[in-house]
Amino acid sequence: MSDQDKTKGIWKVIGASSLGTLIEWYDFYIFGSLAVVIANQFFPKTNPTAALLSTLATFAAGFIVRPFGALVFGRLGDLVGRKYTFLLTLVLMGGSTFAIGCIPSYESIGFIAPILVLVFRLIQGLALGGEYGGAATYVAEHAPVNRRGYFTSWIQTTATLGLFISLGVILMTRHFLDADQAKSIAKFNDWGWRIPFWISSLLVLVSIYIRLRMAESPMYTKLKSEGKTSVNPLKESFGHKANLKMVLLALFGATMGQGVVWYTGQFYAQSFIENVCKVEFDQSRTILIWGILFATPFFVVFATLSDKIGRKWIMLSGMFLAIISYNYLFTSLYNIADSKQKTEIVANTKIETTIKVIPNSTDSIRKIVTKSYFTDGMSMVNTKTDTAYSTSGKITKKPVVAISKTLSSSDYWKMVGIVFILILYVTLVYGPIAAFLVELFPTKIRYTSMSLPYHIGNGVFGGLTPFIATLLTTIYVDNKIVGLMYPIIIATVCLVIGAVYISNRIDPEVDQ
Amino acid sequence: MNALKKYLGLVWIVLGPLAIHYLLQTASSEIAKKPGNDTMIQWGVFITVFYPIAIGFILFGLYALEGNYDHIPEKSAELVDYESKPL
Repeated sequence: MSDQDKTKGIWKVIGASSLGTLIEWYDFYIFGSLAVVIANQFFPKTNPTAALLSTLATFAAGFIVRPFGALVFGRLGDLVGRKYTFLLTLVLMGGSTFAIGCIPSYESIGFIAPILVLVFRLIQGLALGGEYGGAATYVAEHAPVNRRGYFTSWIQTTATLGLFISLGVILMTRHFLDADQAKSIAKFNDWGWRIPFWISSLLVLVSIYIRLRMAESPMYTKLKSEGKTSVNPLKESFGHKANLKMVLLALFGATMGQGVVWYTGQFYAQSFIENVCKVEFDQSRTILIWGILFATPFFVVFATLSDKIGRKWIMLSGMFLAIISYNYLFTSLYNIADSKQKTEIVANTKIETTIKVIPNSTDSIRKIVTKSYFTDGMSMVNTKTDTAYSTSGKITKKPVVAISKTLSSSDYWKMVGIVFILILYVTLVYGPIAAFLVELFPTKIRYTSMSLPYHIGNGVFGGLTPFIATLLTTIYVDNKIVGLMYPIIIATVCLVIGAVYISNRIDPEVDQ
Repeated sequence: MNALKKYLGLVWIVLGPLAIHYLLQTASSEIAKKPGNDTMIQWGVFITVFYPIAIGFILFGLYALEGNYDHIPEKSAELVDYESKPL
C-alpha cells in the first residue's frame, strides 16, 4: 500500500484511537482530581479500615496495577490483535468509571462502599495499563513509515487533554449546580461530584461504537495471515536477551525521565501552586488549564520534527532543559505568590471572628478569618480555627490554619507563562515517545514490549513524583523546592543513559 | 563510545544496590518515625515497585558491561526474530 493510500484512512484511525484514549485518561484523572471529595464520601478518616482502603486505592491503582495491565493486555494485544484488546480496555475503564459514580456513600451502605470503590479503581488502573500501548501501536501500524511521529503525536496529546477536560468538567460542575456559589460547591461535594463520572459513560459509548467499526491494524493482519504472530509474547518480550535489553533501554534511557518530566510539569506544578504557593482552588486549576491549552499544539510540532531529525535529541533536550531550569522556575512560582515580598495595605485588613458552641459541651469552635490586601492586587484569606475552652488557661496546642491567595491578573498570567514552559518540556519529551517506542520493537511483540516500559516509566517513576516530592518537603521542611530533587535526579540518570546508549534512528523501512 | 558504554555499565551495577539500600534505610526510619497503616502501605508499595526496578537496573548495567549495547538497531530490518535467540 502506498503512503498516500495509508494517509487517507489514517484520520479515521487517529480519531477513533485518540477519542478512546482521551476518555480513558479523563476517567483516570477525575478520580485523582476528586480524591478529597471521594474520600469524604467513601473513606471517613475516623474509620481506620476505610482510611486504609483509601490509601490502597490511591497507591495501588497507579503504581502497581498499571504495569500489570500493560502485561495482561499487552499479551492479549499481541495474541488476538490490537483492535479487540483496546476495545476491551475501553469497556472496562468506562464501566468502572460509571460504576464509581453510582456507588452509594459509606453512610448508606457501610464498608461495601469503600471496597467497591477500591475494586473499580483497580480495574481502572488495569485498563489504563492496556490502553495506551494499544492505541499507539494501532495508529503507528496504520501510519506511513516516515510520518509515524506526526501521526502518533495525536495520541500523545490525549493524556494532557484528558487532564485538561477533567479539570474543566470538574470546575464547571462545581460552579453551575446553583446560582449561589457557596450552595453550588456544597451540592457538588454532596452529590454533584458524580456528574463527571456519569458524563464519561456517554463518551465511552460513542467511542466503543466508533472503535467497533474500525479494522484491525494492517501490519498485525499481515502477520496473522502469514501465521507469524507470537505464541508467547511475554516470553519473547522478556525472556530473550535481544529484546529484554531494548525493554530496559526504553525504560532507563527514555520513559523514566519522560515520566518524571510529565508529572512534574503538570501534576506537581498544580499541587505546588495550590499547596506550597497557597493559590486558591479555582486559580490553581485554571492556571494549569491555560498552560495546557497553549502548550498542547507543541506535542504535534516536536513529534513532526522527530520524523525529520530523529526522536532521541528532542526527548533528551526536554529532559536537559527541565534539569537545568526546574529550580529557577519553581522558585519563581513561589516568589510570585509570596506575601512577604509584597506590601500589604494594612488599612484594608478585615478580621472576622465567629464562635460556635460545640453541642453538649461548654467549649466552642473559634474561627478567625483575616482578609489582607496587597498593593499589587493580590488578596489573601487566612482562616485560623481552634477550640475556645471554657476552662481558663487551656488553649489549643496547634490551631488549624488555612491560607488561600487570589493572585492579581498580572501575577496570574506570569504563573500561566511558567506553567506553559513546564508543559513545553512535557511536549518535548512526550511528543515523539510513542513513535520511538513503536520503532524499538518488532510487530509480533510490540504491544507487550512497549507497554511495560511505558507504564513503569509513567505509572511508577512519574506517578510517584507528587508523593515523593511532597515527602521530601516534609523531611526538609525549610526548603520549599526540595521536592524537585527527585525528578531532577531521575531525569539526569535517564539523560546520561539516553545520550550514551540510544540511537537517533529515523527508520525509513519499518514493515517488519 | 563503546568503551564508555561498558565503563558506565559498572556505574549502573553499583547504583542498583545503592538505590535499594537507600530505599530500605529511608523506609525503616520513616516507619519508625510515623508508625501506622498509611506509612506502612506507602513504603510497602515503594519497596515492592522499586526493588524489581533496581534489579532491572543492575541487569541493564550488566548488559552494558558485556557489550550488548555496542550496536543498537538502526533500521527495522534489524529487529530480529527473538524466538530463535533465547536469554
